[in-house]
Amino acid sequence: MVINNDMSIRRIWSLIEQVNDPEVPVLSVVDLGIIRDVRAAEGEIEITLTPTYSGCPAMDVIRMNIRMVLLEHGYNNITLTTVLSPAWTTDWMSEQGKEKLKAYGIAPPLPVQQFCRPDLFGQEEAIGCPHCHSYHTTRISEFGSTACKALYRCEDCKEPFDYFKCH
Amino acid sequence: MDRNSHINYILQLADNALVLGHRNSEWTGHGPILEQDIALSNIALDLIGQARYLYQYAAKLAAGEVTEDTLAYGRDAWDFRNCLLVEQTNGDWGKTILRQFLFSAWQYFFYEQLQQSRDSELAAIAEKAYKEVVYHLRWSSEWVIRLGDGTTESHQRMEKALELLWKFTGEFFVPAGYEKEGIGIAVDPAVIRPLWEDKVNEVLAEAGLRANPETWMQTGGKEGRHTEELGYLLAEMQFLQRAYPGCEW
Repeated sequence: MVINNDMSIRRIWSLIEQVNDPEVPVLSVVDLGIIRDVRAAEGEIEITLTPTYSGCPAMDVIRMNIRMVLLEHGYNNITLTTVLSPAWTTDWMSEQGKEKLKAYGIAPPLPVQQFCRPDLFGQEEAIGCPHCHSYHTTRISEFGSTACKALYRCEDCKEPFDYFKCH
Repeated sequence: MDRNSHINYILQLADNALVLGHRNSEWTGHGPILEQDIALSNIALDLIGQARYLYQYAAKLAAGEVTEDTLAYGRDAWDFRNCLLVEQTNGDWGKTILRQFLFSAWQYFFYEQLQQSRDSELAAIAEKAYKEVVYHLRWSSEWVIRLGDGTTESHQRMEKALELLWKFTGEFFVPAGYEKEGIGIAVDPAVIRPLWEDKVNEVLAEAGLRANPETWMQTGGKEGRHTEELGYLLAEMQFLQRAYPGCEW
């Protein structure tokens, strides 16, 4: 069976899109920008993905879930390849993904800019509160509940919230 | 670079990351405040993740029965190539912070250079890890300044930490036998040295701290001659795999 055509590739992408990040279940792995390539030839599927952070414990689960959803739909010859370069960046997150994050109560990443630099005591990023949209917010910690998030507090509605930090 | 030296070089980088990652993880649940407990646990996770990529690569080169797990859990202290700094005990928060800062400053410039390596796998790992180390360096630098320039007690504790740890920093720049062969693959420690010194001196100066320039530098870790601290760390970290080899859950 030769399946190396646009339609089957599109179908595989749409199946992978059903796999969510187990730590941020509102985001699909496609929204997250970690699926770098999908190829299909001679009944063999090769999916190339890249980790968000080196130690992200969700990666093993994500790999397994991609395999599961493809197996369920009759694809059983699957190779998952991990690439590290170019390194993942939050700039690869889809606009749709950013909207989903915000609706879920997590402030989406700002474009990668001067804040990803090693300068000390730098100006804090102006992050909008995902609940009341105020920019009157304060960073509590640049490390949050998972490697990809920082912890903020809104000074207007007083709610704490996660910020998916730029990387 | 022959295959053995190449593997040893990768193991050195992996062991550095694993051992410091493990030390930091000892703080999980014990940090002075919740946010900093989480910060240090996140740094531990990044380092252990970096170690995994490096061990997987070393295992691929070594071939045979070798896996990332046999490398992490099946070798004894004399086979570990990490520098002495990372195996030192946590002590108080100040000592942990200073150890992280001295190491992150090295890793920051090291990974920056390693991205130019002819070994494309090492270059890719470096590119990935570098972005994480930017956070580690900024966080630890700010804490060194906050504590060094803080209260009388925090300043004294940082001075004490500097006295305990400074003697282990010279080792970064003394190449082990297997490092000397690695032209084009390995990073030349002489290139890192001035960059590291500038960064460290700048932060220490702002923290009101000064290292004793007369300090005699201890070496040996990269060649497998460790302080006794490493044995205790491995005894705890490797216990399960030693008692139940190959155990999974």
